[in-house]
Amino acid sequence: MSDASIALTSAWAGGKSPYATNSKKFGMWLFLISDSLTFSALLFAYTYCRVVEPNWPKPFQFSPSIIFSSIMTFCLLTSSLTMVMAVHAMNHGNRKATVRWILATMAGGIAFVILHLTEWLRLINDEHVTPFTNPWGVPLFGGTFFGLTGLHMTHVIIGVIYLAIICQAVARGKFKFEDVEVSGLYWHFVDLVWMFIFPMVYLMSARI
Amino acid sequence: MSTYTDTPQEEIVDVAKAGAPTFLKVWIALLVMTGIELLLTYEQVPTLIMLTALLGLSIIKAALIIAYFMHLKFERLSLFLTLFPMLIFCIILMMIFLADAYRIPLMRPPQ
Repeated sequence: MSDASIALTSAWAGGKSPYATNSKKFGMWLFLISDSLTFSALLFAYTYCRVVEPNWPKPFQFSPSIIFSSIMTFCLLTSSLTMVMAVHAMNHGNRKATVRWILATMAGGIAFVILHLTEWLRLINDEHVTPFTNPWGVPLFGGTFFGLTGLHMTHVIIGVIYLAIICQAVARGKFKFEDVEVSGLYWHFVDLVWMFIFPMVYLMSARI
Repeated sequence: MSTYTDTPQEEIVDVAKAGAPTFLKVWIALLVMTGIELLLTYEQVPTLIMLTALLGLSIIKAALIIAYFMHLKFERLSLFLTLFPMLIFCIILMMIFLADAYRIPLMRPPQ
């Protein structure tokens, strides 16, 4: 077989999908990769500031901060499990089960946001940490901490709204498997980012 | 004038190959690794070792989520090769600046 005929019969010759995936999913993957770079840059900025400042504060006591953040991790991990079960149920055409699993996922997301806001309020009211000032004289702590965790919490809130839209559509017999799968990709990404924020921000600054 | 059509259904890879038991195992593995991270925090290990261990565990957890929950393990290799090498390369490029952060405290005048 000549080189030209190999090129024409390859997956990249045109008329085929080289990734064997639909455009919605590929679009979501591209968005998630670009979003990963945003979070990588923020995590990098946090780490950079931390290394530069020898007196970096350690405001996270075991109780309640580390306990709260561990429960938040549990909520997100469990919501990822329920989301993958929703995708699985939708693939088997079971719309009722899909709705139930998505509702469970949303509950995990809402619990995460409530716990996170409680933790934020404790830091602001009890430890007097704001995005610009704190009692330890390291203003970059508040800026990087609230910037990073705030952007993540925004993603979780958007994810809950996104899932609510998908859930009501699935319940009404609209949308296909791929729509649930794409929303699942977004939700797992939110979980994935927290897998880096939890150890890098909370555990590395735990007050022992 | 041609009209746009998405990938035909028969060409799409069936990614929902893993079942509930696999997802449950992955979830348990993720919880166990989170528990190990918590234990490490209170074991008074040197900062550099702790940072390496925490980052290593986080990367393993991320890989499990991407492979099983996001189904990338069941997608075509071409999708992985299009998305991830660029991401990893960019993150490594960012890390180059971290050496600068270690230099700055040494440049401060003694107080």
